Amino acid sequence: MMQQRVKGAGAVRDWLAVTENGIYCRPGGFHIDPARPVARALITHGHGDHARPGHGAVLATRETAAIMRARFGADAGALQATAYGAEEQIDGVRVRFVPAGHILGSAQIVLEHGGQRVVVSGDYKRRRDPTCPPFEPVPCDVFITEATFGLPVFRHPPAEDEIARLLESLRLFPDRAHLVGVYALGKCQRVIALLREAGYDQPIYLHGALRTLTDLYEAEGVALGPLPDATGAEKDAMKGAVVLAPPSAIGDRWTRRLPDPLAALASGWMRVRQRAKQHGVELPLVISDHADWDELTATIDELKPGEVWVTHGREEALVYWSQTRGIPARALLLTGREEEEGE
Amino acid sequence: MKAFAVLLDRLVYTPARNGKLALMEHYFRTVPDPDRGWGLAALTGELSLDFAKPALIRNLIAARTDPTLFALSYDYVGDLAETCALLWPDAAGGGPAPRLSEIVETLQRTSKAETPRRLAGWLDRLDATGRYGFLKLLTGGLRVGVSARLAKIALAESFGKPIEDIEELWPTLAPPYDSLFAWLEDRRQRPSPEAAPRFRPFMLAHALEDQGELEGHAWQVEWKWDGVRVQFVAEHGAKRLFSRTGDDISGAFPDLLERIRVDAVIDGELLVRGADGHAAPFNDLQQRLNRKTVTAKMLAGYPAFLRAYDLLVEHGEDLRALPLSERRMRLERLVAAHKSERLDVSEVLTLTDPAALARLQAEARTLGREGLMLKRLDSVYTAGRVKCLWYKWKRDPHTADAVLMYAQRGHGKRSSFYSDYTFGVWRGDELVPVGKAYFGFTDEELKQLDRWVRDHTVQRFGPVREVEKRLVLEVAFDSIHPSTRHKSGLAMRFPRIARIRWDKPAAEAERLEALEKLVESRAEQAQEEPGLLAR
Repeated sequence: MMQQRVKGAGAVRDWLAVTENGIYCRPGGFHIDPARPVARALITHGHGDHARPGHGAVLATRETAAIMRARFGADAGALQATAYGAEEQIDGVRVRFVPAGHILGSAQIVLEHGGQRVVVSGDYKRRRDPTCPPFEPVPCDVFITEATFGLPVFRHPPAEDEIARLLESLRLFPDRAHLVGVYALGKCQRVIALLREAGYDQPIYLHGALRTLTDLYEAEGVALGPLPDATGAEKDAMKGAVVLAPPSAIGDRWTRRLPDPLAALASGWMRVRQRAKQHGVELPLVISDHADWDELTATIDELKPGEVWVTHGREEALVYWSQTRGIPARALLLTGREEEEGE
Repeated sequence: MKAFAVLLDRLVYTPARNGKLALMEHYFRTVPDPDRGWGLAALTGELSLDFAKPALIRNLIAARTDPTLFALSYDYVGDLAETCALLWPDAAGGGPAPRLSEIVETLQRTSKAETPRRLAGWLDRLDATGRYGFLKLLTGGLRVGVSARLAKIALAESFGKPIEDIEELWPTLAPPYDSLFAWLEDRRQRPSPEAAPRFRPFMLAHALEDQGELEGHAWQVEWKWDGVRVQFVAEHGAKRLFSRTGDDISGAFPDLLERIRVDAVIDGELLVRGADGHAAPFNDLQQRLNRKTVTAKMLAGYPAFLRAYDLLVEHGEDLRALPLSERRMRLERLVAAHKSERLDVSEVLTLTDPAALARLQAEARTLGREGLMLKRLDSVYTAGRVKCLWYKWKRDPHTADAVLMYAQRGHGKRSSFYSDYTFGVWRGDELVPVGKAYFGFTDEELKQLDRWVRDHTVQRFGPVREVEKRLVLEVAFDSIHPSTRHKSGLAMRFPRIARIRWDKPAAEAERLEALEKLVESRAEQAQEEPGLLAR
């Protein structure tokens, strides 16, 4: 059985290749998350290093299509939306999008051809996220995984505990605006949803750059409570309040409108001190939308794929670890994936 | 341990003094005895748990991780304690997190052979933050930017007690400070500070703004010596040397303690003697500061002595309520009787006419003095900075036109401003850094500088920007010394931005040779000394 699988995995190279634009399915004539404009693209999720403007035809989940339309407008390409679990046929390749648990609309793409099954994980996590459906494990011959946090030092604490630290800090520094750096798509809305789950019902102030996608989440049925604009708000009203802004706004002139801001940043990178210090953060919050080391390795153990291909991140450790488990593994070294902003 | 680890974690990331105070106050108010006492001891440097050498930590983690994964992780993180804290496997069923008191009290009676097993057991019971704090505590480097004094201020503010009362008691107390907390929380009487050599809070001076403030009173005029203000205490059969903040620095100055044989409390300036027999520049004294112990070479090369300003206690008699004129008389008598090269008295300068004061102040620089001290002859010795009794009149600073080279974002309220400036002067056609300043400008000037930095950035390194070498800053500084910190080989003392020279071309900024001439040399000072001893 094991023998057959490995052979099956090896045969995948006949129809699935890595080009300078990324992962390419020959019989289907499409790329997955291509780095440059192509004729046909399948998109796992809406983050900028996976979803780009300028493609011809695009297939994505309905939510991801909506995100791309909101971000790129007319440049989004000819968008075709599909639903989680719905099976599509593209020139003899069976294609299915299943939840990845990363952000709203995020999917793993399951490809079946010539008796082999490949799962392209995109970015994923195994933790509960109130803003999107959970990761769905699909057994496969080749598992193409991310490795953003592919080092054993990255073990994210429960996000709820990190939210509790933020609330504790608000009590300790009631006169300071708590400026939390969040990525505009996914992290922003998850942090709001986690705060609401923790019983925090005060207004949460938003930087203008976060508005469009947050509105989109709400339109998709994610309730987030009162979210006034930070720009133009009374300075005193923001004392002891949570203010969300893109990470680039920390230390920016924009923050001068806030009362004695205390900078926080919600990211898996905050686990490492030097990273947190680089950003000038006073309250690092280890909240990540990516699988940590334990999730990455537990997922491979669970799926028992014939081969593991690692797309981007700290692939060396994960490749090494898979090999010690007797699973052939290789790094794809895809270009164009951002490591900081995507988190 | 958990609460203390969380405190350390937040202190590391909190640059502002007020933020640090709020965090420590929360800790002292919410953590039970005796844990908070041990926490206080760790923050004030009174707790030394030098148990774990890096090799021990490395062995512990190596036994629990794959060597390749450890190597990749260490390479990425860069710090052994942090790598170990992050990598340590979360053990299921290790038991509840250990209390700080459990760790400290157990370690004090644990044999060396048994230590590794103990440490591993505790690491199993802590989370990543707890493990990091624990390892930092064990390896003896908290590095959270908290001085002993700041921790004591937090303690005072937590319980609404005067900081002077805590400082006075401090040398008589030992961790975990049960009696101190009992008093702070009004559960018990204030512990008695008697019976051991103890620190008396210093009387401090205001900066003199205007000579008019001196009218109507008689003043004692002295040099403000360029050393470190200390209090020498010999009572109850023991001796101590305390810093201005009440820290016991006896360990670094055994030569002084041994050779001064009086039964008294003396307020004075700590100085070292140069080869010429005179007080050496501050840079020489610095060789002996901030050390727990001292080598024979240091003792011989930089012999310390005390230049007395004031006498607070003599033979158990508290003199602080007497006027300065009387204290001074008794001080002169005591020093004259003692006859030691380790103790002399700061001379009183006599003024022939009103203009003489300004002339002396102007001379301070060439003489290597920090400036003048003016004390009212009728002043009683009062703790703290009391208005209109003592004044200091510092010498005018040096100034130099330097070129802005790098700017770094500040912290707290200044986190959106480029407010820390590294500047340099010309060596040939190359600019070499000579210092870094982050004050001296107004809020309006800060805005202008920030805008200029953003508009003239050539490269960014994290929070630092390299800027076009075009803007000239007039930098004021107290003195300049040889140093390996900067490429120029010089470092300024107390540099601050005096003016922004928007008008001045960078090519006309100072040259390094000119600054090198400002380094105070001992030889020059000695030559000028005789003229000034005229009394």
